[in-house]
Amino acid sequence: MDFFHAHQAQHYLVLAAMLFALGAAGVVLRRNAIIVLMSIELMLNAVNLTFLAFSRFPLVPNSPMGSFLTGHAAVFFVIATAAAEASVGLAIIIAVFRSRTSVNVDEFDTLKL
Amino acid sequence: MAEAILFYLFAIGALVAGAQVIFRRNPIYGALSLVGALFFLSGIYVLLAAHLIAILQIIVYAGAVMVLFVFVIMLLNLKEEELGEQRITAWKGVGLAAVVASFGVIAWRALGPAFPQGALMQGDRRVDNALLVSGFGGVKTVGRILYLASILPFEVTSLLLLVAVVAAVVVAKGRI
Repeated sequence: MDFFHAHQAQHYLVLAAMLFALGAAGVVLRRNAIIVLMSIELMLNAVNLTFLAFSRFPLVPNSPMGSFLTGHAAVFFVIATAAAEASVGLAIIIAVFRSRTSVNVDEFDTLKL
Repeated sequence: MAEAILFYLFAIGALVAGAQVIFRRNPIYGALSLVGALFFLSGIYVLLAAHLIAILQIIVYAGAVMVLFVFVIMLLNLKEEELGEQRITAWKGVGLAAVVASFGVIAWRALGPAFPQGALMQGDRRVDNALLVSGFGGVKTVGRILYLASILPFEVTSLLLLVAVVAAVVVAKGRI
């Protein structure tokens, strides 16, 4: 058994951690609100990857929920919630851009349009 | 062997495209790189036998959500000077250190002594064959979970999407 197959789940988990770190770095380092939203999407995808990895390579032989596919259902809900989050977030960015003419998150410091 | 090659291909692609998202100055390049990263991730999902989720990823994320992002970027039409310069401040250094530290903790949990060795049911041919025979991750099996076990969250999600549509219109439109 080669290295990849012997440590398959760890490969997926570390890839998810790297993607999550990239997304978190984008949220921390960038000041453009659109790029911050896109970094959040990247972090959500990293979380989806861990859901699917643990669904495929579970820690226990039998799921207490009846099926390991509940991980897939969780990913489905995360995708739907991310779509809702993106639409509302982009609407807020448009509304703020109207009054401030800027998408720099440093200028969004008073909770007022 | 082919699985390992495909994994490394998709993983490197997703990481490079993900890095482009946060390091490109112009958000339109970031958005298009994110589309690429989502496509590579959908390949990773196929390797994990999550076929329905991989298709949904492309249709919903790379299709619908990213079109919304690109649409908003083009609507705002930011000029070069409005993008602002990249300043390096002490707080960004602190944030980056926190990100690296949290990555270290996650990687240590996944690889290090804290993780139960051999606990993952991986590489077991019997388990793998049982999974493939039962249609793991296909439309039928995931649909059964969605419509039987988690029907209430499923319906609440439809309500959430309706609220999000109304909220997006109300917030983005200046006067109703």
